[in-house]
Amino acid sequence: MDEGMTIPGETVSTKAARVVDIAGLSLVFETGDGPVHALSNVDLAVEAGEFVSFIGPSGCGKTTLLRVIADLEQPTGGHLAVNGMSAEQARRARQYGYVFQAPALYPWRTIARNVTLPLEVFRLPKAEREERARRYLDLVGLKDFAGKYPWQLSGGMQQRASIARALSFEPKLLLMDEPFGALDEIVRDNLNLQLLRLWDRTQKTVLFVTHSIPEAVFLSTRIVVMSPRPGRIIDVIACDFPRDRTLDIRETPEFLKVAHRVREGLRAGHSYDE
Amino acid sequence: MTNDGRLVRILPVATVLAVLLALWYGAALPMNSGLPSFPQGGTLSERFLAAWALERPVLPAPHQIVAALWTATIETPVSSPRSLVFHGTITVSSTLLGFALGAVLGIALAIGIVHSRVLAASLVPWLVASQTIPILAIAPIVVVALGAVGVTGLVPKALISMYLSFFPVAIGMVKGLTSPEPMLLDLMRTYSAGRLQTLLRLRLPAALPYLFASLKVAVAISLVGAIVGELPTGGSAGIGARLLSGSYYGQTIQIWAALFAAAIIAAILVQCVALSERLTARAMGARP
Repeated sequence: MDEGMTIPGETVSTKAARVVDIAGLSLVFETGDGPVHALSNVDLAVEAGEFVSFIGPSGCGKTTLLRVIADLEQPTGGHLAVNGMSAEQARRARQYGYVFQAPALYPWRTIARNVTLPLEVFRLPKAEREERARRYLDLVGLKDFAGKYPWQLSGGMQQRASIARALSFEPKLLLMDEPFGALDEIVRDNLNLQLLRLWDRTQKTVLFVTHSIPEAVFLSTRIVVMSPRPGRIIDVIACDFPRDRTLDIRETPEFLKVAHRVREGLRAGHSYDE
Repeated sequence: MTNDGRLVRILPVATVLAVLLALWYGAALPMNSGLPSFPQGGTLSERFLAAWALERPVLPAPHQIVAALWTATIETPVSSPRSLVFHGTITVSSTLLGFALGAVLGIALAIGIVHSRVLAASLVPWLVASQTIPILAIAPIVVVALGAVGVTGLVPKALISMYLSFFPVAIGMVKGLTSPEPMLLDLMRTYSAGRLQTLLRLRLPAALPYLFASLKVAVAISLVGAIVGELPTGGSAGIGARLLSGSYYGQTIQIWAALFAAAIIAAILVQCVALSERLTARAMGARP
């Protein structure tokens, strides 16, 4: 929308390092009330190691975009490549870990066995599964809760368990759909910080859907602002804070400047239906 | 505190039981006084006592039924054809066999229906239709037809039990297998899990609560099926045969004792399913 916008395709790095490559992507749902343009002409390229947040009001297609990348929805037009493959090939090759809005833990499995669920599906040996459950539960600070059932944990702990589950098979790409949306502010800050450390340490690529401007600005290397009817990208904002940023940066003028620009973008998107 | 709690639980049940017993004992006099064998005259209390002590009353008094149950179970050798344990064992055997067959068939049908639209479209109307046919009409056909080809005893009765019991299991399991919310199914999809993996790791465990609810219904109607299956065999053995022979010879106390035995067996079977439900729930980490 303004001079700072990243024009897709103009990024300098080579195509090989490109984790997600989207051009002219659209998705139209046919409903009883006529077609709904969930995504319209979306262009986006994500390089390895980036942390890209998608922000926008309900119905802007941010979750749909993530689901299309995950091959959980089929686009009706345009080009999409994940690690140079089609979305379906990438899903079949188990290239990404997906974290849903809710923890989506299986209630009849202990926390450790929830973490090993994908490993069982992938038929990893038992010793390896148990070792990884220990490692990743330790990473998200749930070492002492391995034998508990989901209902015995708080919402924040459950969501951490679901992150451990997504990490357990060590995908290079994490797709996270408002994972902390249902949590209170303090828990959310804490998990944001942990996620940032994890991303910094493991050099993963993260695509992160959120409603929260501070969360997006705090976590991201780039923020994609989206707008509804039709769902589209209206601004892409670079967010160049150091990788080892702390929660304190949220008080700095630079942070507030980026947050302000995100807010402006959201407001511009909203003005369509007023 | 615990005593109070127990009292609160027992009191309503005990009140209803007391009212029922009072009505029952009260009804015995008008029901039985029309019998030719009923002694004429006497005071009201004498007439009541007489009505509660007839050998072949229209309506036996509760204590007569309890006494008959006691005699037929504890005081009669198990090998005797007068023993309700003997008849009960036979009925329970075919009940359990039919219940097991029905559960397996019901689960298999549900898995097929959930995974194949063709099966769902072609099978479901027939399943529903199968349950609209009165079992009393089907049972003699099954027993006679199988008897004609030399299959008698346990199997025909078990098949009737299966015919009744597969239905609630199939219906409950279809609901249970489709119960996981879309997010849990999407999760399996992100793992690129096949249908078998999704069935074993998600659909079946999610369906277990539904399965147990269905099994409680199924085990009770399996017993009904087994008893109905014993009626056309001409009263050789089983609770159903005992009911039939009781009605041939006007042995109302024997009929009532057999009915009570059936009710007690049904209660025990349902409780067994409920117990395995609790054990399974505990093993699966359910909230206590």
